[in-house]
Amino acid sequence: MTVESVVQAVYLVAAVLFVLSLAGLSKQETARRGVLLGMTGMGLALAATVALALDRSERPVGVTAGLILLVLLVGAAVGTWRARTVEMTQMPELIALLHSFVGAAAVLVGFGSYLTEPHTRGAGSTVHLVEVFLGVLIGAVTFTGSVVAFGKLSARLRSSPLMLPGRNWLNLAAVVACGGLLWWFLAAGSAGLLPLLLMTVVALALGWHLVAAIGGGDMPVVVSMLNSYSGWAAAAAGFMLGNDLLIITGALVGSSGAILSYLMCRAMNRSFVSVILGGFGAGTGAVAQGGVAEPGSYRETTALEVADRLTAARSVIVVPGYGMAVAKAQYPVADLVARLTARGTTVRFGIHPVAGRLPGHMNVLLAEAKVPYDQVLGMDEINDDLPGTDVVLVIGANDTVNPAAQDDPASPIAGMPVLEVWQAREVVVFKRSMATGYAGVQNPLFFRENTAMLFGDAKDQVELIVQAL
Amino acid sequence: MRIGIPDDGGPLVPATPATTARLVGLGYDVVVAAGAGSGAGFPDAAYQAAGAAVVPDAEAWSADVVAITRAPDALATPGPAGLRPGARGPDGLRIGAVLIAQIAPAARPDLVRALANRGVTALALDAVPRISRAQSLDVLSALSNVAGYRAVVEAAAEFGGMFSGQVTAAGTTPPANVFVIGAGVAGLAAIGAAGSLGAQVRAFDVRPEAAEQIESMGATVVRADDAAQQVSADGYASALTADQEAAALRAYAVEAAAADIVITTALVRGTAPTTITAEMVATMRPGSVIVDLAAPGGGNCELTVPGRRVVSDNGVVILGWTDLPDRMPRHTSELLGTAVANLVQLGTPGRDGRLVLDPEDVVVRGMTVAAGGEVLWPPPPVAVSAPTAPGGPGSVAAPDRTAPGSRHARPAAGGARPASPMVRNGLLALGGLLAVLAVAASPAEQAAHFTVLALAVVVGFYVISHVSHALHTPLMSQTNAISGIILVGGMLQIGSSDPVVTTLAVLASTVASINIFGGFLVTHRMLGMFRRGDAAEGSNR
Repeated sequence: MTVESVVQAVYLVAAVLFVLSLAGLSKQETARRGVLLGMTGMGLALAATVALALDRSERPVGVTAGLILLVLLVGAAVGTWRARTVEMTQMPELIALLHSFVGAAAVLVGFGSYLTEPHTRGAGSTVHLVEVFLGVLIGAVTFTGSVVAFGKLSARLRSSPLMLPGRNWLNLAAVVACGGLLWWFLAAGSAGLLPLLLMTVVALALGWHLVAAIGGGDMPVVVSMLNSYSGWAAAAAGFMLGNDLLIITGALVGSSGAILSYLMCRAMNRSFVSVILGGFGAGTGAVAQGGVAEPGSYRETTALEVADRLTAARSVIVVPGYGMAVAKAQYPVADLVARLTARGTTVRFGIHPVAGRLPGHMNVLLAEAKVPYDQVLGMDEINDDLPGTDVVLVIGANDTVNPAAQDDPASPIAGMPVLEVWQAREVVVFKRSMATGYAGVQNPLFFRENTAMLFGDAKDQVELIVQAL
Repeated sequence: MRIGIPDDGGPLVPATPATTARLVGLGYDVVVAAGAGSGAGFPDAAYQAAGAAVVPDAEAWSADVVAITRAPDALATPGPAGLRPGARGPDGLRIGAVLIAQIAPAARPDLVRALANRGVTALALDAVPRISRAQSLDVLSALSNVAGYRAVVEAAAEFGGMFSGQVTAAGTTPPANVFVIGAGVAGLAAIGAAGSLGAQVRAFDVRPEAAEQIESMGATVVRADDAAQQVSADGYASALTADQEAAALRAYAVEAAAADIVITTALVRGTAPTTITAEMVATMRPGSVIVDLAAPGGGNCELTVPGRRVVSDNGVVILGWTDLPDRMPRHTSELLGTAVANLVQLGTPGRDGRLVLDPEDVVVRGMTVAAGGEVLWPPPPVAVSAPTAPGGPGSVAAPDRTAPGSRHARPAAGGARPASPMVRNGLLALGGLLAVLAVAASPAEQAAHFTVLALAVVVGFYVISHVSHALHTPLMSQTNAISGIILVGGMLQIGSSDPVVTTLAVLASTVASINIFGGFLVTHRMLGMFRRGDAAEGSNR
């Protein structure tokens, strides 16, 4: 029994714990246990790795130990600080930023691995070189992609899609260039640092451009996709280091992100490719503008009137969207709901899968405001109940409640599953103005007979309603 | 501009203090005739408080816009009365004034003609086109609702028993059997009211799609398949063929004989077909009650006398009240007032107190029965916008009930072309082949890694598929934290003798460890916020 074999055994345990951890996240009841299992697995893996690193150390053990301690201290300090202080509305940014860290680490580890391993001729060496190359490539794309996503989500960059002429050709050119560099890199063997560096630059540019071309409303898909990439980057690192724990973990994360991206795309009725290639249906947009142009008259209402209706209503459904997060209205909304519930009104939340800028974003915001999670339902769970509902409050949502998705085959969002709020007896839409949503599509809901518009800041308006109650 | 609310002597008034405030808010001067709202329980002072002036009746008639419940018969007399100075009452209506009222243009061509002769722009509240945008102006629906409710109240007062079954010490009484003919707005309201009183309600409608609405109100649907008909393009029931009519009558006979209360609401384009014949009445139990909501159109029951209470030879009471909405003046006035205010708001886009009637607007055009001396009734036909996909008959009262299949049908949007299955399978097979070749070409040790990768992907797929939507954000931050496992790679390189490698490794390890700590802690923090509804009470114990 060597240090090596013990470490491998511990890695196995850690891998199992990671799987159990993700399995625990499937339900609210077991989710917290899942996190603890993940932490335990990580703790075991790190302890084993420290032992292995010290055992393999080519320097004095003390120096290596000191560096490892330093790294962990810095990581713990910064990580804890960010985790404690982040606001739940900023969760998408934080997650995007963390993805970029994984990407950066993958790039650095890839370079380190290339520099440490001797590269003699042979199949084994070639395979390793390919692994290094791919690991750095995926890591670099993840890194800049996540940085751009972070910038867009935190409003440091413009969230509208960057439309370079021939952008798809640029991407293709970058991929082809990377292929050429791979060939050069393999031929060069030990002297391949230059092609590796060049490829890194190209990949960084590719990651940047890929995400820059995608608009703010598609961010749930992008963040999920980057999540997936960061997993594959870790798996590639596992291949180059011959480490099964990294491969397993990377594969878990990679498939998790892929599934989330798929779910998000399905919730928008768009193919993954069309989201990744950026822009929003540039071809169909113009047609739809003409087709949907049916500006009718809309009915404006006041907070007092809404309060009256809520008092009279027996069942109420609240449909939040990104606008609620922007206005930080989740607290007054939760307050409103708590008051209505205390009066005996049935109040529930209906959440569209792509509401917000992150899968499940709305659920986290509502949980933060102490809304019980059994009051928060998904689109499929609540759609059948909408026809029997007295009042629906749409707070900062637009495309996810657009009847055109069902009624108008020419609409860019045709076929997208939506919350059928218009079937309720009355709909109150909280909105800043009559502007269109992310998809740039006019929403016929606003002109429906049973819809009333409540303009202004969602937070202020909800607070007014709470006062009136 | 000035809006006048005259006193028509009846209990109803087409403006309540609340809607008056809305009209004032739209920029109008509102004048209300003294005592106009007293029948509905709105004192003059309340109108004054809402911003209106209380004036003599004649002054209210002389306003630019006059709103009244029903156009009075006095207006049907010919003559340019508006020119006469000092004219009183309806004759004080000025040339060019706008009259908003229930006019019944189909039944009263003489009235419409006379209004045109007087140079009045007449907007008929009871001629609102049946399109969804105009629903808030549709007083017919609103008043039908009131009438249906009131019909049950009248029946209950007339009926010698209780609607709900009772169990008492001295014995039990059965619930009343109520049979409702016609599940329009009035019929559905009657079903709801009778059901809430505890009666057993059965209902029939010739439109097959009404069955769902009947059931939704808690009544049992009486089926007579031979009598079924299709919905017409404008949303109203149409006349039956002879065969259908005979089948319907057979159903009515069976149901009426078993019922304690019959509420009949069949009106086809303003005229009332016979649903309850004298023979049917003869089969009913003494003390039973028939409420005929179609009495204004002559009545559905052969024995009905419009406006009168009649008792048949066998002691069945037949109520032919034509003023059911008027018997609930407060709420009926509120509904009328809201419709008038909605109409005025529609015509006041600038909110500047200037009524602008857009003749191009189908709603305005449909309601305008006379303007500029011309009779404009009937308007060009407006088809009800098809509520469901073309092909299926849609129901009008419950619009936009999407066909079950259509929600799942997801046409691809955004120019994305789904690859044909053959191409996709081909690509998959090609990818699989390449993967097998790649594994075969790599050393044995690598093949083991590929095994691990493939199995981990499959495990990951199944595990993640079960994560609920609500937990996607925590899932993401958790996977983020564990993808920080790349720290393992970095830490193993820290011990390298090459200072460059060590530097790279330290950097990599630092960012990865931020990821680990930050990711786990933030996940933990998030999950700590999720709580069940009943956990709140539980935590106090």
